[in-house]
Amino acid sequence: MFHQAKWDEPLIIERSASGKRGHNPVKPSDIERKVVGQNVWNSVPSALLRNGLPPLPEVSEPEVVRHYTRLSQENFAVDLGIYPLGSCTMKYNPKVSEAIASNSKLEKIHPEQDESTVQGILGLLYQLDKFLAEITGMSRMSLQPVAGAAGEYLGALIMRAYHRSKGELEQRREMIIPDSAHGTNPASAAMAGFNVVVVPSNSEGMVDLEALRKEVGPRTAGLMITNPNTLGIFEKNVLQIAKAVHDAGGLLYYDGANFNAILGMVRPGDMGFDIVHLNLHKTFATPHGGGGPGAGPVGVRKDLEQFLPVPLVNFDGTKYFFDSDVPHSVGKVTAFHGNIGVLVRAYAYILSLGPDGLKAVAETAVLNTNYVLAKVLERSKFELPFSRQRKHEFVLSAKKISEQTGVRALDIGKRMLDLGLHSPTVYFPQIVEEAMMIEAPETESLRDLDELVEAFIKLGKEAETDPERLRSAPHNTSVGRIDEVKASHPKTLTLRWNNPKARNQTS
Amino acid sequence: MATFDHPFLPNAGPPIRKMMLDAIGVASIEELYSDIPAQVRTNHPLKVDWLPSEQEVKSHLERLLAENKSASDMPIFLGGGIYNHYLPAAVKAILGRTEFQTSYTPYQAEISQGLLQSLFEFQSMIADLTQMDAVNSSLYDGSTALGEAARMASRATGRKKILVPRSLHPAKLSVLKNYTEPAGIGLETFMYDKETGGVSSADLQSKVDRDTAAVYCEVPSFFGILDQEVANVPSICHSRGALSIVGFDPISLGGLKPPGEYGADIVIAEGQSISTEMNFGGPALGIIGCRGENLIRQLPGRLIGMTTTLDGKEKAFSMVLQTREQHIRREKATSNICTNEALFAIGAAAYLSLLGPKGLRQLFESILVKTSYAIKMLSELPGVVVPRFTSPHYQEFVASFKGTKGTLARLNKSLLSNGVHGGKSLVKDFPELGESALFCVTETHSAEAIDKLRLLIEKLQEA
Repeated sequence: MFHQAKWDEPLIIERSASGKRGHNPVKPSDIERKVVGQNVWNSVPSALLRNGLPPLPEVSEPEVVRHYTRLSQENFAVDLGIYPLGSCTMKYNPKVSEAIASNSKLEKIHPEQDESTVQGILGLLYQLDKFLAEITGMSRMSLQPVAGAAGEYLGALIMRAYHRSKGELEQRREMIIPDSAHGTNPASAAMAGFNVVVVPSNSEGMVDLEALRKEVGPRTAGLMITNPNTLGIFEKNVLQIAKAVHDAGGLLYYDGANFNAILGMVRPGDMGFDIVHLNLHKTFATPHGGGGPGAGPVGVRKDLEQFLPVPLVNFDGTKYFFDSDVPHSVGKVTAFHGNIGVLVRAYAYILSLGPDGLKAVAETAVLNTNYVLAKVLERSKFELPFSRQRKHEFVLSAKKISEQTGVRALDIGKRMLDLGLHSPTVYFPQIVEEAMMIEAPETESLRDLDELVEAFIKLGKEAETDPERLRSAPHNTSVGRIDEVKASHPKTLTLRWNNPKARNQTS
Repeated sequence: MATFDHPFLPNAGPPIRKMMLDAIGVASIEELYSDIPAQVRTNHPLKVDWLPSEQEVKSHLERLLAENKSASDMPIFLGGGIYNHYLPAAVKAILGRTEFQTSYTPYQAEISQGLLQSLFEFQSMIADLTQMDAVNSSLYDGSTALGEAARMASRATGRKKILVPRSLHPAKLSVLKNYTEPAGIGLETFMYDKETGGVSSADLQSKVDRDTAAVYCEVPSFFGILDQEVANVPSICHSRGALSIVGFDPISLGGLKPPGEYGADIVIAEGQSISTEMNFGGPALGIIGCRGENLIRQLPGRLIGMTTTLDGKEKAFSMVLQTREQHIRREKATSNICTNEALFAIGAAAYLSLLGPKGLRQLFESILVKTSYAIKMLSELPGVVVPRFTSPHYQEFVASFKGTKGTLARLNKSLLSNGVHGGKSLVKDFPELGESALFCVTETHSAEAIDKLRLLIEKLQEA
């Protein structure tokens, strides 16, 4: 039976004792000290001089390593088991990418080095741009955005620049977003100064075309949509959607969060999208790091290239170079060239799979997910609202189970942790009651999929026989169910809040 | 579909695939895609390269990367936001734990305590170092942290003007504009003092008004200046109802006063120095912190809180105040940020724990000494004005070459052909400084490397 490690590990500050130290930084040489002469501390203006030592823990190297290694053991990860978190595409991250990314010729290069000294990485970025443009059916990519939401934001900035260039920005204030969209879509649109207009889903779980046609018009800046959508349903009316938006003068944005379903099968560019982002930390198998780093490159159609961030990497026949000659560039969205470490891993992933392999990724992800869906529907009381045909993910409703037993989707998710599985995404999308959103990426073996299926069957039954066991779950994780209400106060954020003396010094 | 067998794809081989299709009740994979209109389907193999074995992928990438010249091949005197510091092996070992590396955002707190506690420790350590009440669990980088700070300040004050120093990294300014312009926030520049290089107080005073949401200052500044005027800026801001945003360098807080102590309301930093290698500029680590409950409610991104289990018996951690965030509040969220740089926040927590109070202070001192050494060595060269400004410097300094033969561009090229990468040219972005460059010296720059730089400049002048 699964049981997660539990170490009762104190905070690192609680391991602190005067005089210990975990690292000795290099000291200046005698020559340096001699040349410099006077005590350098005298040069620091008194108004900026720290009074005493910085308040940090004093711990030895073995203690630090042991502390964080223990904590790592109290953390679930893809390397430990199936992570069916819908819309997050938690697939296996190939180890060869890690080996490549730790190369000193990558780690120890500075972003502002002379171009002649970074031809290797520039060539790689140039090639990756081409690969991703081909994969999405777009004309050109910007590799600068460092996350999916950062890609969305750049997309919205490009829309601003496009409408401004046509003299219509003042009028085109509305971004249309389906009610099933990821929360980042409306947040990105609003951050870029647009008003969000929500279009409802129809009874099949797709964008309601009639409702959309009523919303689009001279105020429309664009539409942000993911396809397949968050229900895992392919928006089969995508060409009509594109036409409605384009006829109204708006632009169509593709949110790449669900791209794993269609890799090599259908390209956003061919569906009429004008701007696309990809989540390399999802589809292209780079590790998600517990919440980052990611990378969210953005692709555009030909006539929008003039708005891309600078610099782009170009090739003059003999060498690669940074090209800032982008006439109406939006400028920069991150200080340098993007999350290069992530981009290199994604490049290695593409090479590892090639055209057939990438297509097999999508096929197998859809196969895996549909296998789980078929088995769960066949043998449990979980329901599947909206159409039956799904791609890489699906959203079950635990409503019936909840009504009959009082056990909620959250409880089932928590109890799933007891079985050594990660929970599905719960309560999203909001258009499904008691939602449980499941994605079974292509890297999961049949054995792992069967384990996931059995978990649903088992817990569906347990809800009837022992509902309390679910409501009080989890039982086998490092800690039991957490009081998140108590945590929702600013004073829980740092130790300083609980130390009035420290706070009084400054307030 | 042709047969397919790949190490990453356990179920792509024909026998398993057939069995699974049977279980689903469809005849082929195609049937699972039957809802996609034929006219949009991709009918050609994607034009991407393929290497059939792991060994070939690895060698190919190694060959490609071998064309780069790194800081291990030559001394590089570049800084300006991304720095070559020594990263302790233990930090790398901890970042290599795949339990951290291959996990997602800790939505399920009970099975993610390790990540949550590490992020809480990061927040607490940065809060202690800066004397802030709250720090989030990371933003993308220092430049987007500035963008988010500006938007926070504007929301909190209801004002629409942010004052920024003329001596701001141009890339940072460009990113900032992209965060402020859509929100209707205007940027105005205040000058640096032509002699000291620090904040021109007179210019700043004349620009802080009733529309000003915040003033942004940096210690050290882009020019590497330890500017005491910055300590007075918060009170100037507060007297006019504006907020003070201070950019800091994490290692420098080993010896410098926490910005919270002189009244900063929001602090931001680029945390790459204390968590990861340069990696051509990314991934980096955006740090943001603030004081007071009102500002905390405006913070973007993930916040981790210390709480207990429901039975109240055990300490536990979870994401908190999520009603600020996009997955709950959608278009009313404080920001769209979702994925951040969590892994490097853990790296920073490990780094700061390893160095501790004495280590961080020692490192600050080492860099201070080396900066002075480099300044002293270069200042003896005829025609070179180092430092260009009279204030004390840390880690970086501006050198003017207007008294030397030839252009800075030519000098940098000659340095490069002799195995040294010179400083960042300021000619284009700061034309008022003439033929000037920004040099960076950290603990990774040996005295020999600095001597070599000096010798080469000297020799190139004679040639």
